[in-house]
Amino acid sequence: MEIFNFIVITFYLLSTLGYFAYLFLQKDVYQQTGFYLLVAGFCCHTAAIGFQFIQSGHFPVNNLHEVLSIAGWTVAGVFLVFQYRLHLKILGVYAAPLVSLVMVIAAKFPNAPGQANNILNNLWLVVHVVAVFIGEASFALACGVGLLYLLQEHAIKSKKHGFFFRRLPSLELLDTTGYACILTGFAMLTFGLITGFVYAKAVWGRFWSWDPKEIWSGITWLLYAALLHQRLTVGWRGRRAAIMAIIGFAIILFTFLGVNFLLQGHHGEFTKL
Amino acid sequence: MLDIVLMGLNHKTAPVTLRECLAFSEDETSAALKVFRESPAIREAMLISTCNRVEVLMATSDTSNAADTVKVFFSEFKSLPVSEFEKSIYIHEGDDAVRHVFRVASSLDSMVVGEPQILGQIKAAYQIATSKKTSGVLLNKLLHRTFFVAKRVRSETGIGDHAVSISYAAVELGRKIFGTFEGKKVLLIGAGEMAELAVEHLIRNRAGDILLANRTFKNGVELAKRFNGQAIRFEEITGFLEHVDIIISSTGSSDYVVTRDQVKGIIRRRRNRPLFFIDIAVPRDIDPEINRLTNSYVYDIDDLKGIIDENIEDRNREAIKGERIVDEAVISFRHWFESLDVIPTIVELRDKMEDIAKGEIKKTLQTLKHLSDDDHEAITRMTNAMINKILHDPTLLLKSNGHHQNKSVYLDVTRKLFKLDE
Repeated sequence: MEIFNFIVITFYLLSTLGYFAYLFLQKDVYQQTGFYLLVAGFCCHTAAIGFQFIQSGHFPVNNLHEVLSIAGWTVAGVFLVFQYRLHLKILGVYAAPLVSLVMVIAAKFPNAPGQANNILNNLWLVVHVVAVFIGEASFALACGVGLLYLLQEHAIKSKKHGFFFRRLPSLELLDTTGYACILTGFAMLTFGLITGFVYAKAVWGRFWSWDPKEIWSGITWLLYAALLHQRLTVGWRGRRAAIMAIIGFAIILFTFLGVNFLLQGHHGEFTKL
Repeated sequence: MLDIVLMGLNHKTAPVTLRECLAFSEDETSAALKVFRESPAIREAMLISTCNRVEVLMATSDTSNAADTVKVFFSEFKSLPVSEFEKSIYIHEGDDAVRHVFRVASSLDSMVVGEPQILGQIKAAYQIATSKKTSGVLLNKLLHRTFFVAKRVRSETGIGDHAVSISYAAVELGRKIFGTFEGKKVLLIGAGEMAELAVEHLIRNRAGDILLANRTFKNGVELAKRFNGQAIRFEEITGFLEHVDIIISSTGSSDYVVTRDQVKGIIRRRRNRPLFFIDIAVPRDIDPEINRLTNSYVYDIDDLKGIIDENIEDRNREAIKGERIVDEAVISFRHWFESLDVIPTIVELRDKMEDIAKGEIKKTLQTLKHLSDDDHEAITRMTNAMINKILHDPTLLLKSNGHHQNKSVYLDVTRKLFKLDE
């Protein structure tokens, strides 16, 4: 298992290297190399997770190591899909290091096999976890696109066309990509929450139990709902949308990690050390 | 021994008044080439005349004589005493001439480094030379190398990458905001060369509707006809701000034509779609405070000039890479040029052998009447094979690159042994 992890992380780090080379040298070949390295890493990663699934007999979200690994895996997967669909090449400069970072942190935590937990064997749970993770991975990308937007807008507004102005695409492309990320993320998060409710009803007999993670997920959902609503009604776009995407992701990070460490609740069990 | 020679003057050596006097039109170029062709000193020739340079590229074995011929021709044809332009003329020979041609075509020698027109102008000049049959082995090869080098410089360096004119810089900026101009509405306030040029660039980039506002409505209507747009009244500008995306302003007004309050009011109604103001007027037309509003971007002429200065610096940096590519190409051309004098020797040697063989076959066959046509052919084939076999080793020796210093000696001996120079 260790060797598998090592290969995956190596691929991700090499991909990061490729994307940074692209950022500095502006040769398309580096970007392609970075992309294919990420694809390779993602494939190995998928195999590793599948292997773990079969070996342990349940979905590998038992401890923090596994949860982070799944998080990295979904970010990589979602990025590859977006890259394939939207061709925002420069986004890899954000996504590849993010995935690498998550995986390196994951590797720092021990991967102690947790005792077989029956509640992890439910299809609803798998769907719930995967949907929420895809949603959050999309929001992570939206945050990255938002950062790039702010960089580019600053360059244009301040009229100081430095390093990033030439390397970043148009504001329009950044804005529409960010919107697409948030739309996908919101749809997946909604779906994830609904399956979570169904699952909670099946296991605990109630849809909602005022668990801190549930509350914070609800807050996140409301925030993105507001953002989308504003965009559709009064055309919230550009700078404001970018800032909101970044704030939204900060709240997600808190929901994802902070709640587990600082507050109690039934979600906490899955991410204990 | 033929050498490549380039002589002429350009924007660095001659003032525009002199360049004007010596400029050649297409017909004049043809006439000049005709004169050069008849001159005994000039073997091949080509004339490049643009607004920044007049240059003659020649293959000659007598540089000073050829240069004098050209000078005298210039003087007579343009009715200008030689002393008037003699000081501005530069003459490059051999590698220097080759390098100069490469640099000119790659736009490394241009007034604005990286400007793309020069390559087309050289191609046109070469076309005239080929149609007048004044280009031969040397110039053909040189020009083909030139086109190749120029393309390489353009594609491998960023020499032509960023805009160096106000209107192009504005369009490039717009692209960083909008991505594409498709369907984007443009409002031109006032008129002026730079502003109109920018509008033309936008149209070429498939911008949407063009609106024109002019203090004198009649002038607006006339401009509208030119751009296939729609004229609006000056007072209507505020109302139309809601619908347009790019505003180019160039009026003589001493006050702001568009103020912050005007724009602030319509941003919400525009649903925050970005607005890009290009202010080419002095004094300014667009309130610079508008740049602080969300999704609104204002660039005045100084901002655009700042961008251009940066871009020119960039091009100059890229030009260094271009010089390296040119240097490489000069070296590889030199190799070809050196092998060239071998090739005519070999060809002449072969021609001589074949002439001898032909004569002998003819003589022999006249006495052997009983042979069939097939037999004739067999004998011819055999002689050809013999020539090939005999010449194989000498050819290899002459062509080989192992004895650079002695090459001319070998060539000399070969020519003397077979009396090729008579």
